[in-house]
Amino acid sequence: MSTTARRLELGRVGETTRRVDAIPKVTGEFAYASDLFAAGMLWGHTVRSPHAHARIVEIDISQALAMAGVHGVLTHTDVPGAKTYGLEFADQPVLAIDRVRYFGEPVALVAAEHPEQARRAAERIQVEYEPLEPVVDPERATEQEPLHEENPTAGHGFRDDQRPNVLRSIAIRHGDPDAEGEVSVSGVYELGMQDQAFLGPESGLAVPDGEGGVDIYVATQWLHVDRDQVAPCLGLEKEQVRIHLSGVGGAFGGREDLSMQVHGALLALHTSRPVKMVYSREESFVGHVHRHPAKIWMEHRATKAGRLVNVRAQILLDGGAYASSSAAVTSNAACFAVGPYSVDNALIECTCVYSNNPPCGAMRGFGAVQSCFAHEAQMDKLATALGIDPVELRLLNALAPGDTLPTGQKVSGSFPAAEVIRRAAELPVPEAEELPRDPIRLPGGAGNTTHGQGVKRGVGFAVGFKNVCYSEGFDDACAARVRLWKGADDELVGEVHCAGAEVGQGVTNVILQVARTELGTENVALAPGSTADVESSGSASASRLTWMAAGAVRLACRDALAEFEAGRSAVDVQRTYHHPRTAPLDPETGQVKGDRVHVAYMCAAMRVVVEVDVELGLTRVVWIGTAQDVGKALNPQAVHGQIEGGTAQGLGLALMEEIQTRDGLITNASFTDYLIPTTLDMPPVEAELIEEEEPDAPYGVKGVGEPPTVVSTAAVVSALRDATGSELARVPVRPDELAGL
Amino acid sequence: MEVLTPRSLGEALRIKAERPDAVPIQGGTDVMVELNFDRARPPALLNLNEVPELRGWSHENGMLRLGSGLTYTEAMALSERLRALAEASRTVGGPQIRNRGTIGGNLGTASPAGDALPPLLVYGAEVELAGPNGSRRLPLQEFLVGPKRNALAEDELIVAVYVRPLGSRQTFMKVGPRNAMVIAVVSLAMCVDEERNEIRVSFGSAGPVAGVVTAPLDEADDLPQRVAEAASPIDDVRGTARYRRHALQVLTSRALVRCLT
Repeated sequence: MSTTARRLELGRVGETTRRVDAIPKVTGEFAYASDLFAAGMLWGHTVRSPHAHARIVEIDISQALAMAGVHGVLTHTDVPGAKTYGLEFADQPVLAIDRVRYFGEPVALVAAEHPEQARRAAERIQVEYEPLEPVVDPERATEQEPLHEENPTAGHGFRDDQRPNVLRSIAIRHGDPDAEGEVSVSGVYELGMQDQAFLGPESGLAVPDGEGGVDIYVATQWLHVDRDQVAPCLGLEKEQVRIHLSGVGGAFGGREDLSMQVHGALLALHTSRPVKMVYSREESFVGHVHRHPAKIWMEHRATKAGRLVNVRAQILLDGGAYASSSAAVTSNAACFAVGPYSVDNALIECTCVYSNNPPCGAMRGFGAVQSCFAHEAQMDKLATALGIDPVELRLLNALAPGDTLPTGQKVSGSFPAAEVIRRAAELPVPEAEELPRDPIRLPGGAGNTTHGQGVKRGVGFAVGFKNVCYSEGFDDACAARVRLWKGADDELVGEVHCAGAEVGQGVTNVILQVARTELGTENVALAPGSTADVESSGSASASRLTWMAAGAVRLACRDALAEFEAGRSAVDVQRTYHHPRTAPLDPETGQVKGDRVHVAYMCAAMRVVVEVDVELGLTRVVWIGTAQDVGKALNPQAVHGQIEGGTAQGLGLALMEEIQTRDGLITNASFTDYLIPTTLDMPPVEAELIEEEEPDAPYGVKGVGEPPTVVSTAAVVSALRDATGSELARVPVRPDELAGL
Repeated sequence: MEVLTPRSLGEALRIKAERPDAVPIQGGTDVMVELNFDRARPPALLNLNEVPELRGWSHENGMLRLGSGLTYTEAMALSERLRALAEASRTVGGPQIRNRGTIGGNLGTASPAGDALPPLLVYGAEVELAGPNGSRRLPLQEFLVGPKRNALAEDELIVAVYVRPLGSRQTFMKVGPRNAMVIAVVSLAMCVDEERNEIRVSFGSAGPVAGVVTAPLDEADDLPQRVAEAASPIDDVRGTARYRRHALQVLTSRALVRCLT
């Protein structure tokens, strides 16, 4: 190898590099999972429950089976292996057995030559249901009949809570939970059920390998955990099931759980034909888990000078019909209930219940979003009660390295909360634009509802924090494999294998930047993600993949290069990177049983300017300024992209996004009635990246995807309160409340 | 499914008379949604995109004739003559939808949330319907007979809409929970008809059909109240009846300021 350092045109760690998929996505050439095709493939269709809760009396497939073009109709009796699966607890049937527990639960499958034939055949499958009383009010769920006869989450080291339908409950007792302050404020806050609303619906293609196994090409977040759930249901060895990453059109947590993977594979193995499944938009709303709706009571006790003395919280989460990742969401909601503030005493109780509402699980922010909305409303309330500037109050209590969290974990490493707060607060707020203006630049936008009448301006502020990587003792390691050889002109050529899912967040660029930096060459390619040729990377979740993939790829590159430089002409090295180990919480006290329950923390502060038409209750978010603790920005442009996108998702929850249900049935399963922000609803975002390197992480990185979502809901509503003077204790805020109706 | 594509109005009418079950399609922004959601599977589509008589707009005997194939993008360019219709057209979907969706489609669907309906109602528009025995004209109010129901016979097609130009004292407003691309939670059009010394108001999404309220020019004070009372809104996933009634009152007051000062 040449010893002269070459300038790398394609970008190393810390440089902005254009996404490798940017142009294909903009021009429409990018192949998403819904574009997959195989010669001779059939189309799969899922028959779903029209009831939120019912007993299945009988399923008659005979008419459907006799229809033209139909190659197979399957029910639970055709599942050859395990009948249930789940991310953490196998409580969800592959196909409903004798009972359905949520609206849209899969009951039967059809494979046909044309998707229309499959749909028609699905209509001819006769399922006789005996409707049961649905459990739909989470506050009453613990007094109703249990939805799962044996509690699936019992005996996993969680608190022994005997109430029916408790999925997990946590109590964190810190200091003296009865400690009194000189001032106290309290409130009850609610959040509706948000959807990930990714644009690419659940899709995949299952191809039998002719030897009893199956290849599944699918849009997912974690290839290996898909495989580990799919193989037992099919009655196959893990090696017989290969999962390959297909083009992902957004994920946000909604692709952590399985969707069509087992179903497509069952149909493919049954028919010996490739089978493609693509959910419709309506079906997608029942095809994945959602963000937990929450009801949160909080009380903050403080000194007159504004120091927090005691925070007491009771959090109720609706987990829906199956466990998914609810147990971990419950823990997060409890761990982050106080916010990034130092407090000596706290009592935090958090309960997640089973119900017949749509199942909830992972979504960007993962429990911290709900808590942040409540603790930031409380901090504003406290500032008002004390007559202290809300930014000053937050600075006064800002959490810092060395402080002890309510779980007993001492904050270590990088945690520049005060700096983040200061920098966000220093961003200059734009002047109000003059009237008259194009109505597009007023609340109501294109609707032309005001030319300035009724418009009031508000400025809000919020701070939020969350962990990066998995927690409570889980070792979510990441593997990378690097092959090196001599190419033409004796130049070093590298090929990286990593199963980390590119879900739009930009991990492909991160992996390539790390490999280029470590290998000192541009001749590096990233192989397609597959379980077949590399070990697990862990999930594209918990803002963890930049940290973990960078760690694994760096390790593998360094070892591969060392072997190569020792004279080997071709090397193939696989290495696994582990983050610092975490420990579980004591089930009775909620105190950590080791050094840390979470690997590290990241925080963000946000300032928001809104204009509200207080007569019509319509809003225009004018400007958002934010400072975010990012450790080190590996690809600064991508970090800004994550901050803007994450902010938009939190803004959506603040203003419009809610899955509405009636007796457990979803009533707005479409993009006509489940609204997400458009470009006219989203203001420019001015983002300051606070780069204080995390000592435990490769290159000092942290995660960046979740903090903007955690904080923006709270920050937007803070501004709405400033404009209207209303309490606005529930999101999404309805026009009725903004108009004072 | 058959797709029948006539090249002239005469041919279109002949086909429609022979095949009354053929569903007319112009921009497809409503019809294709029904097909894609599997809510309708008509035996045939009558594709009107190649019928030149339905396109564009023209002056006719002091009236403006809007072809049923006039797109929202084209209607937006009429803001000098038909400001309220142009403003309403700007609120429809995104640019792609506005390039495809047509005024005739809005009439054919006859949804209580149709954005073009309140402006056309305050203009006192007449709808031209053509069938095998010639054509007839109906006041728009008589054409709209119920939610998603109109007076079109099964062998007829919507050919055009006729409106009288009424000057610039007119406006349209639409309330939605986001600032673009929404179905109206409630909408309102107002225009001043100086010839008849009258103010006309029409509202959408606040009753089974778009409603009309009129008042003499000098008796406009209680219009906000009257409009709110004339509405019969319901609670649904998009909003509450209470909010809709309140919003109509606010919108009417604001429209009066725009049209009278």
